[in-house]
Amino acid sequence: MTTAPQSLEWPRIVPVGLDGLLVRFADRLTEPANRAALTFRAAVEDEDWSGVEETSSALTSVYLRFDPLHLRHADLTAQLQSLLDSRDWYNAPPPQGRRFWRIPTLYGTDAAPQLAEAAGLAGLDVQQAIADLSAARTRVLTLGFAPGQPYLGELPPAWDIPRQEVINPQVSAGALVVALRQFVLFANASPTGWRHVGQTAFRCFMPEAPDPFALRAGDEVQFYAVSAEEYANIQRDGASNGGAKPEAIR
Amino acid sequence: MSVLQILSAGPGVTVQDLGRPGHIASGLSRGGAADRLALAEGAALLRQAPDLAALEMAGFGGSFTATSPLRIALTGAPMAAAIDGAPIAWHASHLLPEGATLTIGGARAGVYGYLTLGGGIDTAPVLGARAVHLAAGLGSVLAAGQSLPLGPDSGGPVGEVLSVQDRFQGGTARILASLQTDLFDAETLARFTRTCFCRDARANRQGVRLLPEGEGFGLSSGQSILSEIITKGDIQIPGDGAPYILLPEAQTTGGYPRIGTVIPADLPMLAQLPAGAAVRFAFVTLDQALEIEAKDRASRQSLAARCRPRLRAPEDIADLLSYQLISGMITGTEDL
Repeated sequence: MTTAPQSLEWPRIVPVGLDGLLVRFADRLTEPANRAALTFRAAVEDEDWSGVEETSSALTSVYLRFDPLHLRHADLTAQLQSLLDSRDWYNAPPPQGRRFWRIPTLYGTDAAPQLAEAAGLAGLDVQQAIADLSAARTRVLTLGFAPGQPYLGELPPAWDIPRQEVINPQVSAGALVVALRQFVLFANASPTGWRHVGQTAFRCFMPEAPDPFALRAGDEVQFYAVSAEEYANIQRDGASNGGAKPEAIR
Repeated sequence: MSVLQILSAGPGVTVQDLGRPGHIASGLSRGGAADRLALAEGAALLRQAPDLAALEMAGFGGSFTATSPLRIALTGAPMAAAIDGAPIAWHASHLLPEGATLTIGGARAGVYGYLTLGGGIDTAPVLGARAVHLAAGLGSVLAAGQSLPLGPDSGGPVGEVLSVQDRFQGGTARILASLQTDLFDAETLARFTRTCFCRDARANRQGVRLLPEGEGFGLSSGQSILSEIITKGDIQIPGDGAPYILLPEAQTTGGYPRIGTVIPADLPMLAQLPAGAAVRFAFVTLDQALEIEAKDRASRQSLAARCRPRLRAPEDIADLLSYQLISGMITGTEDL
C-alpha cells in the first residue's frame, strides 16, 4: 500500500461546471486517499450546509453540487478549506454506519469463464485464485458506471492485472469481474474489458425496493466461494438478495 | 380520471419530468427532460407546475387520443401536429376534444418535442420522479396500445402561443473550464474555440457526439485520468478526439478528459442539435456564467407572463372591417 500524499498540493478544491466543487485527495487510487474521500464526504453531509444540494464520493474525491446563486463559490470554498484543515483526513478512521456483506459467489465454471485466464495473469493456479479472491475483504471504493454498481478494492498485489484488450461483449447481471486490484460487481448485463471470474445472484439495484441501492460507498464485501449446487439453491431462493447477509460494522 | 391513449408512437417517446436529483453517490444520474426549457414552456402555457411529467418525443411523435377533453401544449423541437387532420400551431396550447385524434409527426428542426398535458402524466413515481431513465433501466419507451393516467387538471387557458428562443439548429455554446481543461495546451484550446463541429448521427439521452472540422482534440497517449464526477454538459474527449457532450442520462463518473463544460443555459440548444447541424464553443468566466444563469432563471420565471392569446382581439386588428367575420361555425378550438 502506498503512503498518503503528504505534499502541500493535496487536497485540492476545484470547480466543476457552474454549480459544483470537487475536493481531490489524490490523482491516483490509494487506500488512505479513498478513506479520506469517504470520511470527508460523511463530514460534509454532517455539516448540512445551506445551499449544498447533493454530495458524492468517487475513488479519491468528493463532489458537492450547490446553488451558485445562493451560495457563493468563494464562501463554499472557504467552508471546505476550513473543514479540510480541521483534521488529517488521510489518517482518519472510516465513517460510521457502514456494513459488512458476505455475498455467495460461484467462481469459474461456465458461469464465470475467465477465472483460469485471470489466475494465470496473477501467477496463481485456479484453486489458489479462488482461495485468494474468496478470502479478500474488500471495500466499496465508489459506486458508478451503472446505478448501485460498486468498484471494490484493494485486492492483493498479485491481482494488479490489466484490462483485456478485447471487450467481452456481454457479462450477465451479478457478474464479478477483476482488473487493477479491483472487483466490479455488475448491476446489469454489460460489455466489459475486465475478466469475469465469479458469478453472484446479488442485485445491486432494485428500483422498486424501499432501499433500491443495496451497497453504499464504504461498505465492505467478501465474495465467498460456494459450490455450483449451493449457488443453484441460492438462485432458486427468491426471499434473499442472492443469499447475501449484511451486518453492521462496529 | 383522464387517460391518454397511445395509438402509435415514434421510437423515442418517453415520460419525462425534472428527473431524480440526489442519487449521484449511488451511481444514478438525474435524468429528466433533455430540453428542460421546453418542459418549462409547456408548463407555462398551461399555467401548471413545472415539475409535472410530460411526453418527450425524440425526433418523431405519434398519435394520441384522450378519454375526456384535455388541455395540451406543444413545445420543444417543432413538429407537424394536427387534431383530427386539421393542422395546429407549435409552441402553443390547445384543447384536445374528447375522442379526437392528435397526430404529431417528425421534427422540422431540433430533436426533442414535448407534449404537455393538463394535470400532468400521473404514472407511479420511482425514487421520487416519473422520468424514464433508459440507461438505468428505469421505465421504457412508449408503444402503441399503452395508455397513461393523467392527474387532475386545475384548469387554465388554451389557445395561447409563446415566442421561444430558437435553439433548434445549432449555434454557439458557452462553456466553462472543466476538471481537465488544463491538460490541453493553449494552442489546442484556441483551436477548439475556432473549430466548427457537426453533430454526428450518434446521439441519445446519454450524450451527443460531435465531429470536428479538421483534426481531433485527443490528448497524446499516456494521459490516464482517475475516474471522477461527470456532470451534464461536460465535453469529454475520448481517444478518437471527437468531443462527446454529456446529457441527462450520462454515467455519474468517468475517466475521459473533459475539455470544458457547457453552461446550463445553453444545454437545451446542445440537446436539440439535429444531426448535421453545426455548433461552436466559446469559453466564459465563472462570473459571466453566473450572470447568464441569473438571467436565464429570471427568463424562465417570466414564461407564463409572456404567453399570449393566439387569436388577436378584434380591437387590436387595425383593418377589422376587411375581414370576413362570419364564415361557418366557430367552436373556439380552431388553431389556424
